[in-house]
Amino acid sequence: MIAFKLAIRNLFGAGLRTFLNVLILSISYVVIILLNGFYQGWGEQARTDSVKWAYGQGQLWHASYDPYDAFTLTDAHGAIPESLNDAVNEGSVAPILLAPATVYPEGRIKSILLKGISINQKAIALPSDLMIATGDEIPAMMGTRMAKSMNAQLGDFILVRWRDANGTFDAVEIRIAAIFNTPMPPVDAGQIWIPLKSMQEMLRLDGEATMIISGDESIINADLSDWKFQTLPALLSDINELIEMKKVGGSIMYLILLALALLAVFDTQILSIFRRQKEIGTIIAMGMTRKQVIAIFTVEGAMHAILAIFLGALYGIPLLVSMRKNGFAMPEYADDFGVPIADTIFPAFSLALILGTILLVTITTTIVSYIPARKISKMNPNDAIRGKIQ
Amino acid sequence: MNNKTIITINNLAKRFPIGGGEFTALKNINLKFEAGEFAGLVGPSGSGKTTMLNIIGSLDNPSDGDVTLLGTSIKKINPKRASSLRKHHIGFIFQTYNLMPVYTVYENVEFPLLLLKKSAAERRKAVLDALEWVGLMDKIKSKPKQLSGGESQRVAIARAMVKRPELVLADEPTANLDKENSYHILDTMVKLNKELNTTFLFATHDDKVIKYLNRIIRLEDGKVVADDIIKK
Ligand SMILES: Nc1ncnc2c1ncn2[C@@H]1O[C@H](COP(=O)(O)OP(=O)(O)OP(=O)(O)O)[C@@H](O)[C@H]1O
Ligand SMILES: [Mg+2]
Repeated sequence: MIAFKLAIRNLFGAGLRTFLNVLILSISYVVIILLNGFYQGWGEQARTDSVKWAYGQGQLWHASYDPYDAFTLTDAHGAIPESLNDAVNEGSVAPILLAPATVYPEGRIKSILLKGISINQKAIALPSDLMIATGDEIPAMMGTRMAKSMNAQLGDFILVRWRDANGTFDAVEIRIAAIFNTPMPPVDAGQIWIPLKSMQEMLRLDGEATMIISGDESIINADLSDWKFQTLPALLSDINELIEMKKVGGSIMYLILLALALLAVFDTQILSIFRRQKEIGTIIAMGMTRKQVIAIFTVEGAMHAILAIFLGALYGIPLLVSMRKNGFAMPEYADDFGVPIADTIFPAFSLALILGTILLVTITTTIVSYIPARKISKMNPNDAIRGKIQ
Repeated sequence: MNNKTIITINNLAKRFPIGGGEFTALKNINLKFEAGEFAGLVGPSGSGKTTMLNIIGSLDNPSDGDVTLLGTSIKKINPKRASSLRKHHIGFIFQTYNLMPVYTVYENVEFPLLLLKKSAAERRKAVLDALEWVGLMDKIKSKPKQLSGGESQRVAIARAMVKRPELVLADEPTANLDKENSYHILDTMVKLNKELNTTFLFATHDDKVIKYLNRIIRLEDGKVVADDIIKK
């Protein structure tokens, strides 16, 4: 108790130096919470968006399908299992057939992935029901990224060349019936969507698909003859890993900041002890025990962290609240991160994050305060009073 | 006065290591002090006055011999017991004031009472009394750096006396005081000495202090060369 009282007196007595230490510690709090909240929010959004736009509640992959190997596509297809017929008709699962193709935007040659998807599907958010033919052309849709890279407009006709199941080249004109905006590059960049029926006819693969997305885990949840089931957590693991990596990268920044803050506190403590050795000798002479002296200095250092909570709250809470409300606007190049990323990320600040940060900063501050304070216990009070210790 | 012995010094010697060898600051000291004495160690600079006060106050260890303070051997005392002894029974006045720079005058004087866990009301009364003794009622809220040397010395004196200890060890307490203040402080000390039977042990070469002493112990080169009781 006395240590606490005296520590407060010393801290307020030290004025500006205390304020600067508290300020830098409070910045550490806010930055750690902000950055972690950002990654947390990003992760949550990326997972939600991935489920909504691409993964559904799990996917059935044809046994030969390997998303990392485009050459497998020619073999990676099979008849949609009959047991799923009802679900396909209802739209609660989305069969998708994939094939490499070539387009010729503005005279250039561009390799793309052609994706056929059932138009009535409701398993993912792709607006496949917008692919409506006006004549006998094939209606297509693409994301804004793809449209931009091809300089394509709604209603444009595009020539597509592909090879059918027999290896024969064929070509057809498709019309862009819809352009959709998605935070998910994996369903946008480098691909064009057309109705599954048209795709099956083009490839001569009637009733076949490469993968089937389940809109509900009660419909598909296990392997099915030639088909391998990919659970949602397995599908999400890549995203989780990527965000985890970004997070580690980001934490280097705040670890440096925290280290700076701790160094400032440590420096203050060391300085205090040498500058104030006379004072320390005097209070020992007045009957304070060494333990009490260590306690005063440790509490004094740790109090920086406590005061920083209040100062940090003063500007941090309004900042975090406004971030939470308005989000971070992400720059366009953020797409290159390789992780689904929305235009705006809304950070998520959990109580655990805030308490964890406070605990981390307070404990580390206490430790760096204790180490120099312990030196006092080795001081001869007589030498200390004379200010002789170097 | 019929009083109990509060300090017994037996064959005390103190040597400090310097360079490769040793420096003998005190040797062969044998003294006894009774409660209520108003005594002074008098001698030239370097004669060992401060060293002796420090050992008596358990801030330093004897190299040889022993000091018994209030029945406790300084040689064998453990740090915790020494703290407690100093906290309850000894008031120090240092040659260099050693005030706490971030505390006000009031807080500096209050400090020993905080250590003794006195109640707020008790503390307030005792602090104001002590500041009254040294004539610093108008500087209660000042910080040490706003005080003159003499005022700082008076705060140090008030801090040593505020808890009304049995023994006050005063190292050159009047070194920075003018005549008027010196006599005022000395009168206050005499008053405490009379009223509370507080023992005072000075280290000084100030004639003003020497005039007040009722026992003068002369030190030279770490040895006692004279020990005179002054009849008043
Ligand atoms: N910690 C120490 N290490 C080495 N020598 C010391 C130490 N403390 C004191 N001395 C030496 O012991 C001698 C006595 O010192 P002390 O401080 O007791 O003198 P003093 O009588 O109080 O002098 P002054 O009147 O100047 O205060 C001096 O020569 C001093 O240099
Ligand atoms: Mg001295």
